[in-house]
Amino acid sequence: LALPALAETAPESTDPIVINGGEVELQTAAPAPEHLDGALDEIYSGWLFRDPDTQTMQTDDFENPGMIFVDQGMDEWNMVEGEAGKSCASCHEDVSESMKGVRATTPKVNKDGALWSVEDYVNDCRTSRMQAEALDWNGDRMKNLTALISMQSRGMPMDVAIDGAAQPFWEQGKEMYYTRYGQLELACSNCHEDHYGDWIRADHLSQGQTNGFPVYRLKDAGLVSQHNRFRGCIRDTRAETFPIGSDEFRALELYVASRGNGLPVEGVSVRH
Amino acid sequence: MASAMPLAAETAPQDVAYDDIGAIAEPLSETAGNPEEGAKIYADKGTGNCVACHAISARTDAEFQGNIGPSLDGAGDRWSVEQLRGIVADAKRTFPESMMPSMYKTAGYVRPGDAFTGKAGTEPLPPLLNAQQIEDVVAYIATLKE
Ligand code: HEC
Ligand code: HEC
Ligand code: HEC
Repeated sequence: LALPALAETAPESTDPIVINGGEVELQTAAPAPEHLDGALDEIYSGWLFRDPDTQTMQTDDFENPGMIFVDQGMDEWNMVEGEAGKSCASCHEDVSESMKGVRATTPKVNKDGALWSVEDYVNDCRTSRMQAEALDWNGDRMKNLTALISMQSRGMPMDVAIDGAAQPFWEQGKEMYYTRYGQLELACSNCHEDHYGDWIRADHLSQGQTNGFPVYRLKDAGLVSQHNRFRGCIRDTRAETFPIGSDEFRALELYVASRGNGLPVEGVSVRH
Repeated sequence: MASAMPLAAETAPQDVAYDDIGAIAEPLSETAGNPEEGAKIYADKGTGNCVACHAISARTDAEFQGNIGPSLDGAGDRWSVEQLRGIVADAKRTFPESMMPSMYKTAGYVRPGDAFTGKAGTEPLPPLLNAQQIEDVVAYIATLKE
């Protein structure tokens, strides 16, 4: 029944995001990673699906409202806190050296076999190395730090590992991605794989990629973490969501990240 | 009809008889569907919200119309009232795997929620539309002729 009309719609253009007059250029499209064979041919940045005003805000770091939080993340980086009398900088020194590439390869399996997000590494350093309190996953201080850390990978292609120790987590995330949750019985794939480029009322659906996170969301006038976005999308299916920072969301984070392998980290992107 | 017993004149979600193509022969409520009410439910975000996924050219009042599902222009020519009733109540019986939510179904969900709170809900959930609302929407869609 009229299937072609319901298929996914490719964006009209795949121009790169040109930032600060050409200082940084971020590709907005890439060939889909092998594991998506049959599902998607091409992967796209969520930036392509936003309106021109929103897009423009991301093309200049002075206009990008998320950048102020990167500055605040830098203050956080240098702030001594906890019994050990240390700051992040005490050990990691120059963030642009020590954190380069971290965002592009995380979540990943740590040395104890657990799947960790950037937030987990941060809190591990805070509790075990600084002897300070863990930060709230979804709080401003954590989001400022993850924004700062993301920026150090800006332009580097997403490249999370999905084999070896990561594989069972990846499989779990994949299963979640295709599960039709809630009273509306909608899976991530219904909206972001089958119908990207289409309109669900006033919302222009993207592929739901995570390479732009944390994003500055105009609707929230603040940074949004990946897990908070997942929580919102699942809630909107009239389902019981998973908690932010749960193992389920770590697995989903890995799987969704792997669907974006090849797209550049956008640092702090702007979405509506 | 006595207002103390309105449910007596309705078929409950679990009692609906679908035929093998997913159609429902009998109306779900005793009161005939009202197309004007149906037109409102169609575009109302809090009830039908059909407009999230569908478009109808004549509905210039709806500010944003979706294109996840097909345009419903002429749907009243393509489908009988019985078929429309089945599609609106539980589209997956007509279109297997459809993305269209089942409007008159109360159980069998994965992680059912309490509306849009993100918290757990308890099955049976209230259906997305009640029997009269289904009849109203069906009556409205049946008027869409080309
Ligand atoms: C006392 C030293 C010390 C302090 C203070 C410290 N870290 Fe670490 N950090 C480490 C060490 C050592 C590792 C490597 C751990 C490993 O490989 O398991 C690490 C790893 C990390 C990683 C993972 C890097 C990667 O390549 O995967 C991140 C992210 C991180 N730290 C962020 C922070 C932040 C943010 C702060 C401040 C809130 C901080 N660290 C404070 C010592 C420290
Ligand atoms: C009913 C439709 C729907 C479902 C189901 C859904 N989403 Fe979304 N999602 C949206 C809409 C609408 C947006 C905002 C517009 C956009 O970027 O696509 C969005 C945005 C996102 C974004 C932000 C993309 C960006 O570039 O900022 C991510 C990530 C995302 N979704 C992931 C998911 C995941 C993972 C699931 C499943 C757990 C999911 N979504 C399920 C509708 C949905
Ligand atoms: C989340 C998306 C979504 C919502 C909400 C939705 N539909 Fe649908 N609808 C679809 C899709 C997709 C199809 C195409 C059938 C298929 O899945 O193959 C469809 C098909 C139909 C058809 C048959 C189309 C034709 O012209 O042949 C009718 C009639 C219909 N829907 C009516 C409604 C009504 C009435 C509502 C609200 C009470 C509604 N839909 C809500 C997605 C939706």
